[in-house]
Amino acid sequence: MFENLTEKFQGVLKTLRGQGRISEGNIEAALREVRLALLEADVNYNVVKEFTAAVKEKALGAEVLASLSPDQHFIKIVHGEMARMMGGEARELNLARRPPVPVMLVGLQGSGKTTSCGKLALFLQKKKRSPFLVPADVYRPAAIEQLKVLGGQIGIPVYDSDPGADPVDICREAVKFADLSGYDTVLLDTAGRLHIDEELMEELRRIKEAVDPGDILLVADAMTGQDAVNVARAFHQKLSLTGVVLTKMDGDARGGAALSIRAVTGAPLKFVGVGEKLDALEPFFPDRMASRILGMGDILTLVEKAQDTIDEKQARELERKLRKSQFTLEDFREQLLRLRKMGSMEDLLGMIPGMGGKLKEMKGAAPDEGELKRTLAIIDSMTREERRNVKILNGSRRKRIALGSGTSVQEVNRLLKNFQQAEGMIKRFSQAGTRKGARNLPFFR
Amino acid sequence: MNGQGGSFFSRLKAGLSKTRELLFMNVEAIARGIGPIDENVLSELEEALILADTGAELSHEYVEALRAKWRRGELSDVEALRSELRRMVAETLRPRMAPLDVRPPYPFVVLVVGVNGVGKTTTIGKIAHCFKGEGHPVLLAAGDTFRAAAIEQLKVWADRVGTDFVRHKEGSDSSAVAFDALRAATARGTHVVLIDTAGRLHTKSHLMEEMRKVVRVIGREIPGAPHEVLLVLDATNGRNAIAQAKTFQEFTGVTGLALTKLDGTAKGGVVLSVTREIDAPIRFIGVGESVDDLRPFDAGAFAEALF
Repeated sequence: MFENLTEKFQGVLKTLRGQGRISEGNIEAALREVRLALLEADVNYNVVKEFTAAVKEKALGAEVLASLSPDQHFIKIVHGEMARMMGGEARELNLARRPPVPVMLVGLQGSGKTTSCGKLALFLQKKKRSPFLVPADVYRPAAIEQLKVLGGQIGIPVYDSDPGADPVDICREAVKFADLSGYDTVLLDTAGRLHIDEELMEELRRIKEAVDPGDILLVADAMTGQDAVNVARAFHQKLSLTGVVLTKMDGDARGGAALSIRAVTGAPLKFVGVGEKLDALEPFFPDRMASRILGMGDILTLVEKAQDTIDEKQARELERKLRKSQFTLEDFREQLLRLRKMGSMEDLLGMIPGMGGKLKEMKGAAPDEGELKRTLAIIDSMTREERRNVKILNGSRRKRIALGSGTSVQEVNRLLKNFQQAEGMIKRFSQAGTRKGARNLPFFR
Repeated sequence: MNGQGGSFFSRLKAGLSKTRELLFMNVEAIARGIGPIDENVLSELEEALILADTGAELSHEYVEALRAKWRRGELSDVEALRSELRRMVAETLRPRMAPLDVRPPYPFVVLVVGVNGVGKTTTIGKIAHCFKGEGHPVLLAAGDTFRAAAIEQLKVWADRVGTDFVRHKEGSDSSAVAFDALRAATARGTHVVLIDTAGRLHTKSHLMEEMRKVVRVIGREIPGAPHEVLLVLDATNGRNAIAQAKTFQEFTGVTGLALTKLDGTAKGGVVLSVTREIDAPIRFIGVGESVDDLRPFDAGAFAEALF
């Protein structure tokens, strides 16, 4: 996401680099570029105007900190203003009240409400809440079924809605049921609708009245650009949204919606959907997002992701093994699986400072999902003994493994060679005690 | 399937109202329907066309043509301008008007593709309803094995319309579903096979490769198939729909387009810009939720309803 925008900003900064100080002249040119980049990213016109005006004022008004070069100074101001444009502080769900807290998800057809519902439930569960899913879309075929399946996948209970019942009754009953059963957060998945559809909007209003939700979240498709902003405005007027979830941010949406939805509608962006898997939902932090857009990376999110997926005890165990040079293919496999859980390689790379602008070049270098799967299949096709001691892998064993995993002997060989290299590097790394080697650690390929 | 009832035209007109408003509300003179044409009107019109996602190039061409006519004194008032625009739009669209005709050898295989949430499954249900109404035996294949309950959703449509239905379990290979569907259709003498697929963002190359494989498997089983690769585009995606179409074109060889949700957006101009950038006919447009709101595309009616 935001790759084009990031690239443009890098270009702007380059022109400022090497200039002695910020002046009316050079800032004017840089701002023009920024303005075009934002407009091209489909950011609302008025928002862009306000943004550039604010940046200009701050850039010229403030005394330049002695330690900052003009480009650093400029980026600092742009970063601050951009975060402000996106809402400043991160806004969390309003869950601090007597449970169960109902959360309504509303939006147009096909924006990703049901999937977001599942993702949100998983997110809340990780935060030690006990969520309860309620399918309240009685119109679309199998919508209820869909939420039930999602709930089953992540082990979160789903209310057994009657497709013949009134959605308002379903929601009211479900919240009561959650109260009795001890669930503290109730996610209400409502039917998709056009905001011009008065009848269905009325239904939403009645649900709101019946359950008094802590949050009403609009789920909007980022690819619809300014339409998402218009939709948010319409829903906000009718329902007073407490937040927005932008989905499909992993596509090539230009990002304008994410940047301007808060400024235009007043409803804060609370989550972004960044992939098909159920853990691909991120809370939205304006300052972190600004960093990512400006190519400064987002170490905080990266660290949190790692913490989410890596358990400390396992990490210590791995470290011990590394030190004793007992790193086996089994450990290698575990590392791969964990890496996969953290999200796509492209996403992860984008969070590393300085990588943002280089993502385009990196595209071919990041191993794709298919390659990961093949590597895992190869390791899975080995016996436990083989995984622990790769030295016993002779020709006929390799042939068997290739057959078993649906790959070729060459691929098996390549994996083994990479593993041995990694092993060798780890040995050197742990013996020498320097950190230099770690940087070149080839996880795969 | 060629029924062009008056009621559909009024629904089409209502469905395109957002785009129409955007096009003309800002062009004040046109909105009032009176007054002479001047440079101002023309440039406002160009801006409105671009905002409706008609594409900068095409918008420019329309306005240049109008400007030339106006200079020659052929456009006396805004009413003349409106009808000239209508004529040009119909002309742009007419070459892309080619209804999806089911023809032997049977089974006629239609593979339905698109990004997530554009309305693929719903579109299949509606198309199945059309074909069934024409007396064709239809089979639906639940090739979306990824999304939760996508199979059940299609099953509901199969029951509702009364078609045959082929499914595997969730998480299985969609190529295998397609393969079985074709076998079943051949054995049963089915005329039309509609194959659903999992929505995928066009930026995910491994998922697009998977799509290529489905096409290959279908072609191996029945030479010449799929006879139609129908790409469903969500009109609210505006210009992004063009990027989607280009990628799907490259990977699956799209032969027809269905544009859905035109009633939910002011970006109706995207219908015009796809003709410029994608070399495939527009088979269907959708302007509402009911089964009858998805109709074969009619260039004249569309231009009429838009202006």
